[in-house]
Amino acid sequence: MTLFRTTLVAAAIAGGAASPALAQTAPKLKVGLMLPATGTFAALGTAIEQGFRLYVAEQGGKLAGREIEFVKVDDESDPSKATDNVNKLIKRDNVDVLVGTVHSGVAMAMAKVAKETGTLLIVPNAGADAVTGPMCAPNIFRSSFSNWQPGYAMGEVMAKKGYKRVVTITWKYAAGDESVRGFKEAFEKGGGTVAKELSLPFPNVEFQALLTEIAAAKPDAVYTFFAGGGAVKFVKDYAAAGLKKSIPLYGAGFLTDGTLEAQGADADGLFTTLHYADSLGLPRDNAFRLAYAKSYKLQPDVYAVQGYDAAQMLATGLGAVKGDLSKKAEFAAAVEKARIDSPRGAFTISKSHNPVQDIYLRQVTGKENKLVGVASKSLADPGRGCRS
Amino acid sequence: MDLATFLIQCLNALQYGLLLFLVASGLTLIFGIMGVINLAHGSFYMIGAYMAYALAPIVGSTFGGGFFATLGVGVVLAVLLGYVLEWAFFSFLYQREHLQQVLMTYGLILVFEELRSLLLGDDVHGVKPPDILAGTLPLGEMMTYPVYRLFISGVCLLLALGMYLVFTRTRLGMMIRAGSANREMVQSLGIDIKFLYRVVFAAGVAVAVVAGMVAAPVASVYPGMGNTVLIICFVVVVIGGIGSIRGALLASLVIGVVDTFGTVLLPQAAGVLVYVLMALILLWKPDGLFKAG
Repeated sequence: MTLFRTTLVAAAIAGGAASPALAQTAPKLKVGLMLPATGTFAALGTAIEQGFRLYVAEQGGKLAGREIEFVKVDDESDPSKATDNVNKLIKRDNVDVLVGTVHSGVAMAMAKVAKETGTLLIVPNAGADAVTGPMCAPNIFRSSFSNWQPGYAMGEVMAKKGYKRVVTITWKYAAGDESVRGFKEAFEKGGGTVAKELSLPFPNVEFQALLTEIAAAKPDAVYTFFAGGGAVKFVKDYAAAGLKKSIPLYGAGFLTDGTLEAQGADADGLFTTLHYADSLGLPRDNAFRLAYAKSYKLQPDVYAVQGYDAAQMLATGLGAVKGDLSKKAEFAAAVEKARIDSPRGAFTISKSHNPVQDIYLRQVTGKENKLVGVASKSLADPGRGCRS
Repeated sequence: MDLATFLIQCLNALQYGLLLFLVASGLTLIFGIMGVINLAHGSFYMIGAYMAYALAPIVGSTFGGGFFATLGVGVVLAVLLGYVLEWAFFSFLYQREHLQQVLMTYGLILVFEELRSLLLGDDVHGVKPPDILAGTLPLGEMMTYPVYRLFISGVCLLLALGMYLVFTRTRLGMMIRAGSANREMVQSLGIDIKFLYRVVFAAGVAVAVVAGMVAAPVASVYPGMGNTVLIICFVVVVIGGIGSIRGALLASLVIGVVDTFGTVLLPQAAGVLVYVLMALILLWKPDGLFKAG
């Protein structure tokens, strides 16, 4: 009997395929989590991992009958170490799936390696348009957003509000440029004009000169993309410069996500767009928030949702190929057809593998990004430059 | 750009320049005058900012004091920190090669960042300016100018003046300058150079910490904030001429002007303008604007 079983296991490994009947003997599925565990984005990495693990735990620790084993690498949000780190996971640890990461530069390096080696990659945050644009591949997926999406949605909102002349301000780097480009596309389509595109080098936070420029240009409103410490400082400086009461400020959701405590009253009333909001009120979201709070003793955020959905996308694909990841085309086809039942609201996956999702308009009230409404229904990233 | 906007931009440039001097002044002491390449300068600044955030509630509940009491406690702690650091680490570095100084102070950055992460987490925080300085002044037709920024400029001018007078007009300053020129000679004249340097180092750390505390309400408090100011601080000291307080002040103001008008008029090149300026000044004056001594 022992011999018989051993042979079966060996056969299963050699074939790389396990039929459902032999599910128990299928080898573990190795998931390589390449996320920031140190540095500015450490908290985001933790949230993503916890979201991912929560979904796996809800499925009894198995996806499509295969037990999940995690291998972790701290990517330090350092693009110069990214290629080494990915290769470590793929070559040394032989992971079946890569999940990562937060920083767009690191994610681009991961996408490059994934494209070359054909390893399955799910990006649970980094919004660089290129990941599901020129870098797109049958084995590369994203469970979060593209920088273009919140920007485009806000362009529609502000055009509808009747603003005609808007000034944009952001850091001069990929995420900021892409967000402003998305905004401009929709805003100009809606009949508005972008009077001036202001920018400053990343990660400078001396905004005073540019605030003076905004005051001199006297636009109807301002659209901005900042995140983290820069977002805190920008919102505070904008209010201190007296502009908040005369020129309304709008932004991509990161302006007020995870920063409200530090921004205090200066953020009150700001409108932002993102694919998630506090108190969405969806039953799926309520259940998720309760489960997350129970498991980790803290409230989930948008990053936890993205981690959770990365696991859902993996489960969907795995289920369709019965745990056999070598069937890449079937895996991709199944995910493209699927409807992911996300806490943010159900979404589908575009041809270029970015979520087609509702982007919400939120307003800051009492340290929360309260839902105002849907800014753009089922918004799909155009996936420019994607040829596959 | 009309005249009003131009004048406001000049004010911005001046204010930013003074803020830069404030942030770089501690480095002027430790790198400029003592000659230690101190990469941990940014960490001292970060420690100051986090002190302003974390000490405020503690100081408030024990002494019932506000912002200025916190500042006072911060200075005491900073001098202690500087004194201990000098005794434990830096006193071994004066005679060593620059590479070893770089390695050790880089190590300190990692240690301080990790400690910060363990003790206070990785979140972004805001610090409120004291109530009496929380107001704003009207500026032009729609802008206002925070009073606190003017306060920072005032602190900076006082600091610059104080440092200048101590180093050029007092006996203490003379001994320090002599020590940086020839350590052995000063020692053989019967001056306790070890103690003297310990004091100067502690002062350098204290100034950097105070800069962090004073800048916290406008800079906000976030992980890695020290690294963002480190390079510009070295640029200030190098352009100004190593060891010159006058030079550092002038360099800060020039950088303030170049950066402010660069961001407005040449946004594509704003990131490199300061470094182009540094290259040009060093071509013209290889020792910086004012070489000490």
